[in-house]
Amino acid sequence: MKHIISALVENKPGVLAQVAGMFAARAFNIDSLVVGRTEDPKLSRMTIVVVGDDRVVEQVRKQLAKVVPVVKVQDFAGEPVVARDLMLISVAAPPDKRPEMLSLIEMFKGKVVDLGPKFIMVEVSGPEAKIEAFISACKPYGIKSVARTGTIAMPRAAKTDV
Amino acid sequence: MTSQPSSSARPTASKGKSSLKTGAQIIVDTLIELGVDTMFGYPGGVVLPLFDKLYDAPINFILPRHEQGACHMADAYARASGKVGVVLATSGPGACNLVTGLATANMDSIPLVAMTGQVRTELIGNDAFQEADTTGVTRPVTKYNCIVKDVKDLARLIKEAFHIASTGRPGPVLIDIPVDVQVNKTSTDGPDKIDLPGYRVRTKGHARQISMAAEAINNSKQPVLYVGGGVIIANASEELRALAQKANLPVTTTLLGLGSYDQSRPESLDMLGMHGTAYANFAVQECDLLIAVGARFDDRVTGKLDTFAPHAKIIHIDIDPSSISKNVHVDIPVVGDAKHILAEMVKEVKHQPRKRWFSKIAEWKKKFPLRYDKNSSEIKPQYVIDEVCRQTKGRAIITTGVGQNQMWAAQFYHYSMPRQLISSGGLGTMGFGLPAAIGAQIAKPDMTVIDIDGDHSFNMTLTEIPTAVEHNLPIKVCIMNNGYMGMVRQWQELFYGRRYSKSYLSNPDYATVARALGAVGETCDKKADVPKVIKAMLAEKRPCVVDFRIEREENVWPMVAAGKSLSEMDGLDILERLI
Ligand SMILES: Cc1ncc(C[n+]2csc(CCOP(=O)(O)OP(=O)(O)O)c2C)c(N)n1
Ligand SMILES: [Mg+2]
Repeated sequence: MKHIISALVENKPGVLAQVAGMFAARAFNIDSLVVGRTEDPKLSRMTIVVVGDDRVVEQVRKQLAKVVPVVKVQDFAGEPVVARDLMLISVAAPPDKRPEMLSLIEMFKGKVVDLGPKFIMVEVSGPEAKIEAFISACKPYGIKSVARTGTIAMPRAAKTDV
Repeated sequence: MTSQPSSSARPTASKGKSSLKTGAQIIVDTLIELGVDTMFGYPGGVVLPLFDKLYDAPINFILPRHEQGACHMADAYARASGKVGVVLATSGPGACNLVTGLATANMDSIPLVAMTGQVRTELIGNDAFQEADTTGVTRPVTKYNCIVKDVKDLARLIKEAFHIASTGRPGPVLIDIPVDVQVNKTSTDGPDKIDLPGYRVRTKGHARQISMAAEAINNSKQPVLYVGGGVIIANASEELRALAQKANLPVTTTLLGLGSYDQSRPESLDMLGMHGTAYANFAVQECDLLIAVGARFDDRVTGKLDTFAPHAKIIHIDIDPSSISKNVHVDIPVVGDAKHILAEMVKEVKHQPRKRWFSKIAEWKKKFPLRYDKNSSEIKPQYVIDEVCRQTKGRAIITTGVGQNQMWAAQFYHYSMPRQLISSGGLGTMGFGLPAAIGAQIAKPDMTVIDIDGDHSFNMTLTEIPTAVEHNLPIKVCIMNNGYMGMVRQWQELFYGRRYSKSYLSNPDYATVARALGAVGETCDKKADVPKVIKAMLAEKRPCVVDFRIEREENVWPMVAAGKSLSEMDGLDILERLI
């Protein structure tokens, strides 16, 4: 099962290497790992998607908490969360295909962010499944390249506000 | 001017009242403030500013012959004293030579602070002379490491290193210090408070978990206490004794747990696991409650996991939450300091007679004691250790190599005090024994320190004999010389059709080697000489190496083959035939 794990870490050099090294040393598989700053300049948030049975993910959580600069670890499995990926995708769109392409983008609430003579660059965000679906939908047209962020997530208000 | 400066004529560094200090001075001052009086290390280009400050610092500095030796010495110093061991090395090759020692300490949770020099900050990443990515190389074998980029952070980072190394589940911490940071000056009134928001240690156990554990003990008919090195680290032997005796529990220990419980007591089951006693292994396999304290269910202890302690409910007391339910499912976890938790549990447990359980154990003990052939005309290694134990009244500090020698030292010396056995358990590092004896002797100058070593283990670090000579350390090395990598040979005998592939090397005459290196060297090749050779060895004030030419193909029994269940021990028939 896929688990989204969120870790608040100290914003200092070497932290990413420590976390990534721990995953490699303990043979845990990372699906995606995203690091970004938070509202507190001293802290960053790592969102890590891992696949494994409960026992493995429990170990991931504990081993992560053991890494000295890791301040807090949460496993969002089974909780209502908002989880989002962001993608930039460049798809072949010759002038005759553009209307078709634009309605596809519309359906996925994507945004055209660049337009060339042959290709069109689209920004799409949303749950991972939506991103995957958009990629499938673009395949017949010809995909030039894809850049994705991996998942970031936050629990829904109901859980944290009580 | 004389060419040899006498110690009184040493130039002293100026100790002005200036509020500016160099990084090197900050390091020395911080170490002294933290109570460090002994260090192990080896110089090199990028640690010279620090070595210059150490020239007249009130610190007993031990110079080994190899950085690996320094690291094992600091490790054993920590194991013997309970204090943090400190080791210092230069960049590149010096730092890389620490790796085996750091990994050894990491596996056994030993508090150690390693400091390494690094090339100048602006050269980092340029493949400069003697540059290695030390934090990169050592990250997987340390509890924590960091590089100091600004002299202002130095005092704080050193304090944090000591705090992390010595608290929670202890471990080695490495601080990499570029040479310019050692030279740069900063004002001495900067902040040096520990600031570790991600590092929290749970010491007190959860009261409800403790009560549940105590209740499970009170309800158990066939309990076993399974004790690891964590109890020694936590200085909880007294609480362990109180619990075992009040609740009436049999006690088995891991290799690193030996000494946490007095083995002369009737409820002691001695060591469990691959080369553990039959009575410990049978008791674990038949118990209805296993109380693990400061132990981590290592594969050398559990054998085949699916069949380990099949009828038992499991209580696990450990300070490291990640070690709970890592290998086996735990029914009652109690996270925290063993000393506190055991003391709380003592209040809640009741004495239970458990007559049937103890008489079953007594039968196993009677049927399968650890034994060896006393009538052999050869020198049996077990006999040597028996005799060492008898003559030292079981009160020596024992260090070991790795292999058969280590297992015999675990089986045939009788430990009654914590910190008495110093052995590389988790990593199984050959070459640990001699530097460990040096570190332990420095920590405990009044105790008899004996390295029970293997010939090939000793080969790896015998270069440290001159270190012992130089410091007049009365350590004793008993080489169990079988002329083989005995443990490798045993596996080849049992599992590879006696094809002794590369497990033999020609050895030097160790007595001659020892004498050439300035120590006392003896050879013992007659069984009848063993007692008097040991007596002479114990009387020796200088470092002393005795080469015991033992029975070459003696095996360690019993043995649970790798991947087998604990109750499937080989060699019980052999032990039964010996009387
Ligand atoms: C540094 C290192 N290299 C290799 C091994 C694998 N190994 C384990 S025991 C052993 C043989 C040890 O021989 P010796 O020191 O003579 O001890 P004996 O078993 O004969 O008592 C070897 C090679 C190890 N544990 N450590
Ligand atoms: Mg040998």
